[in-house]
Amino acid sequence: MPSPRYWREIPSRYRLEATRCGNCGRVSHPPRGVCPACCGTDAQNLELSHEGKVVTFTVVHVPPGDFLMEAPYVLAVVETPEGARMMIQVADCDPASVEIGMPVALEFRLIRKEGKSGILCYGHKAVPAYPRGEEEGADLESREMEVAHA
Amino acid sequence: MRDVAIVAAGMTRFGELWGASLRDLFVEAAREALINAGADQLDAIYVGNMSAGQFVGQEHLGPLLADHLGMAGVPAIRIESACASGGVALRTAFLEVASGASDIVLAAGVEKMNDGADVTEILATASDQETEVYNGATFPGLYAMIARAHMEKHGTTEEDLAWVSVKNHRHGALNDHAQFPRELTLDQVMGSAPVSEPLRLLHCSPVSDGAAAVILCPLDQASRYTDRPVVIRGTGMATGSMALADRADISFLDAVALAGGRAFEMAGIGPAEVDVAEVHDCFSIAEICCVEALGLAPMGEGRHCARTGETAIGGRLPVNTSGGLKSKGHPVGATGIAQAVELFEQLSGTAGARQVPDAEFGLAQNMGGTGASSVVHILQAV
Repeated sequence: MPSPRYWREIPSRYRLEATRCGNCGRVSHPPRGVCPACCGTDAQNLELSHEGKVVTFTVVHVPPGDFLMEAPYVLAVVETPEGARMMIQVADCDPASVEIGMPVALEFRLIRKEGKSGILCYGHKAVPAYPRGEEEGADLESREMEVAHA
Repeated sequence: MRDVAIVAAGMTRFGELWGASLRDLFVEAAREALINAGADQLDAIYVGNMSAGQFVGQEHLGPLLADHLGMAGVPAIRIESACASGGVALRTAFLEVASGASDIVLAAGVEKMNDGADVTEILATASDQETEVYNGATFPGLYAMIARAHMEKHGTTEEDLAWVSVKNHRHGALNDHAQFPRELTLDQVMGSAPVSEPLRLLHCSPVSDGAAAVILCPLDQASRYTDRPVVIRGTGMATGSMALADRADISFLDAVALAGGRAFEMAGIGPAEVDVAEVHDCFSIAEICCVEALGLAPMGEGRHCARTGETAIGGRLPVNTSGGLKSKGHPVGATGIAQAVELFEQLSGTAGARQVPDAEFGLAQNMGGTGASSVVHILQAV
């Protein structure tokens, strides 16, 4: 990917910036100046919350070149509480455990190493969301370790 | 607008044709159509092609292909709408003849996919690069998400998907232009390798080379070229959301429904009057979604049609008598024209072992990407 394009897409990828149509309320991610539902041009900026639920999904066994080392991986359409929908991977779980309606948290992650030069491309992935206090022990420990390292 | 007829057709075999280049394929199909019509001049050429620039590094196809057909000087235009390129080329040629601007026009489609390029990545450019491909989407992956949504909403099963492949291979076994002219069993489909769950290898159309061509003229001039013309009664095109995530119902192809509605309105008939249909079964789930969106089966009932034989030759409404994209092959830019070639044969009574008896109305539905563009034509025997 040409680096100007990567740079342009940083606000929606890194910060989950989106727009809400001032006319009909439709939320678009990435942001849009013209509402796809009503053609309205009163676009208001918002940042999406880092949670959502799975709308539909697949387990990709035959991936594109940059994702060869990742397969099999889960790709899903996830809807946030604001009503925005995005297509992202679901990570940190057994692919067979993913189901429609499953609650997820959105975390900032490395998405791909691009091309022969291996340029690092970041964005968000979904991970299973556990209600507070019910998180699996091992997961909790590894999360705490990640936080400690950060 | 003038009534417009298809008066001749030509088509290469579809397959991995390593010995043929893009220009060879186009010339073979176009020459066959010209010879069948007995025509030696054209007013215009439209060529459907998705991505010669990426597959073989060649753009500017209009003059290249006119030149190699021995028709340099004739206006020639390449049409792109991803996998619907062929169908949109047919529509554009139809509109040019119907308007009175031209009297004899070649509508062709060609794709040379087997030439060493990365097919998965090239095909993915027909989906949204910024929001889908960036995160690891492939075409089978996108249709797999449509399939999962359809299963959730309508109770569709993996076996329902597999029956579409079995039925279309049964048809394709009768087509000597098909890439895979042989039958498959349900067990073979159900046991094939997973590509993107729930889709398996034998739910997916193959990577193909090939070309197809038809010749259009005003109906009142058709007798110069043939005694069995087929009339184009309706054409409809529509666009929809590019990204799956932007669709209210991911299991419903709204651009297909819109395009079908427009074509039916123009033709003055309804789905019940269609005798034979070619629909865009790039993946088995797509045939189920398309027959529902076109009203050829009630919503949620499309999943039963292949298993019960309703959409098989001999059934209520035979769908994909050519073998469809699955068995016949899917050289993406050629597919929309190849559908018209099959209907031309069916409606002129020359489809041989695949013939649907007394077929009067035929429907062809072609779509690009995950259905973000779709074009539908309704043809009638005269």
